[in-house]
Amino acid sequence: MSQTFTLDGKSIPFEDGQTIMQAATKAGVFIPHLCYHPEFKPHGSCKLCTVKANGRQTASCTMRAMAGMVVESETEEINAERRALTQMLFVEGNHFCPSCEKSGHCQLQATAYHLGMMSPHFDHFFPNRAVDASHPEVLLDFNRCILCSLCVRASRDVDGKNVFALSGRGIKTHLIVNAKSGKLSDTDFSLADKAAQVCPVGVILTKRKGFAVPIGERSYDKQPIGETVEGR
Amino acid sequence: MTAPKKKLKVATTSLAGCFGCHMSFLDIDERLFTLLEHIEFDRSPLTDIKTCSPDCDIGIIEGGLCNAENVHVLREFRKNCKILIAIGACAINGGLPAQRNHLQLTAILEEVYHSGPGLANGMIPNDPELPLPLNKVHPIHEVVKVDFFIPGCPPSGDAIWKVLTDLLAGREPELGHGLMHYD
Ligand code: SF4
Ligand code: SF4
Ligand code: FES
Repeated sequence: MSQTFTLDGKSIPFEDGQTIMQAATKAGVFIPHLCYHPEFKPHGSCKLCTVKANGRQTASCTMRAMAGMVVESETEEINAERRALTQMLFVEGNHFCPSCEKSGHCQLQATAYHLGMMSPHFDHFFPNRAVDASHPEVLLDFNRCILCSLCVRASRDVDGKNVFALSGRGIKTHLIVNAKSGKLSDTDFSLADKAAQVCPVGVILTKRKGFAVPIGERSYDKQPIGETVEGR
Repeated sequence: MTAPKKKLKVATTSLAGCFGCHMSFLDIDERLFTLLEHIEFDRSPLTDIKTCSPDCDIGIIEGGLCNAENVHVLREFRKNCKILIAIGACAINGGLPAQRNHLQLTAILEEVYHSGPGLANGMIPNDPELPLPLNKVHPIHEVVKVDFFIPGCPPSGDAIWKVLTDLLAGREPELGHGLMHYD
C-alpha cells in the first residue's frame, strides 16, 4: 500500500525514507531550493526549501515524509521568508548579474525571479573577495559563492579529491581551496570532475566558454525554474 | 486603462547610470503617445526641466549614488514625488559603478589620473563645481524609501510599459517570466 502526505492540499505518494523534497520532486511539484541536489546527501543549510510540516517550519530537503503529514509550501508567508533569505544571499556577496557568465543559467537568479524578488532590499555588504584564475581551465569567482557546499560534497564524495571546503563560522564562513597556496592550480582539480559541474551560481566557471549561449536561449530564459522539476 | 481626469506628473533622472534605462524607456515606441494621454513629464532629461515641481506623482530614478550631487537629486525627487521607482540594475544594486566598491577611492583616482599607463603630468580634477565622489557607490534604497523597482540592465521597454500601465490602472506592478530580468 503506498503512503501519502498532502502538499498544499495535493496528495503526494512517497516511499519509506524519502524526504518531503524527494517525494515532491518525484510528483512534479517544485519546492524552491539551492543547497539541495538530487545526487547528493542533503546539507540543509540554505533553508530556501523551508515548508510548514504539521504546522512547524522545517527544511523539506532533510525532513522525512510521514504518512498523513500536512505540508504547506506555496503560501504568501513562506514565500516572503524565502524571498528575504534570497535577498540576504544577494547582499552578502557581489552579484552583478549583467557581467556574470552564469546569468540566465543561475539557480539563485532564477529562484529570485520565481519568488518575485524586485530588489535586494537590505544594505549591501560589497565584500572584497579576490578571484582565483590560477587554473588553466577553470576560474573561481568567490564573489558569488552562496556556501551551498555542493562543490565540497561533489569533490569529496564523487571525485574523491577534497578540493574544496567551507572554512570559518557564521557570517565569516567562506569557501577555501585545499592547497597550501590556496590556489586551484595547486590541486589535482580537473574540468572532468563532478565538482566542476555542480555550482548553482557563477563561482566555478569554465574558461573561454563565457556568454556562449545568447540571451533568450539560456536555461531559464526558456523555462522558469518552477517548471524544471523531474516529474513534469 | 481608463484615463484619469488630471494627467499624472512624471519626473525622471539619471544618477550614476549610463542613460540606457532612459533609452529603454523610449523603446516603448509609439506607446509613448498612449502614455502621454495619461501623464505629462516634469523634471526629466526629456524636457530639460531642471527641478521637480512639488506635486509630482511619479519619480523614476535611473542609476545609483556615486557622488554628493546624486544624493542631493535623489532627496529632491523623494521630497517631491508621491511614488518613487528605481529603474535598472544601478539604481537597485549599484550596478557597474559599484564594482569599484572593493577598491579605495584614493587608489582609483591615483591610478586613473596619475599612475595609469600613458599618463604624464596628470592632475586629479579639483574644480569646486565638481561634486565630490562618495567612498562607495550605493543603491538608492539605502538612502531613501523606494516604492517600486524595475530590475534589468536595462529593463526592456515592455517591462517598463508593464509597470507603468499597472500603476496607472491602480494595480500592484508585476513582471512575470520573460519580463523579469536582472541582466
Ligand atoms: S551568480 Fe547568479 S545571481 Fe550571482 S551575479 Fe551571477 S547570475 Fe547573478
Ligand atoms: S562555489 Fe558554488 S558549489 Fe561551491 S559552495 Fe560556493 S556556491 Fe556552492
Ligand atoms: S535546499 Fe533544503 S536547506 Fe537548502
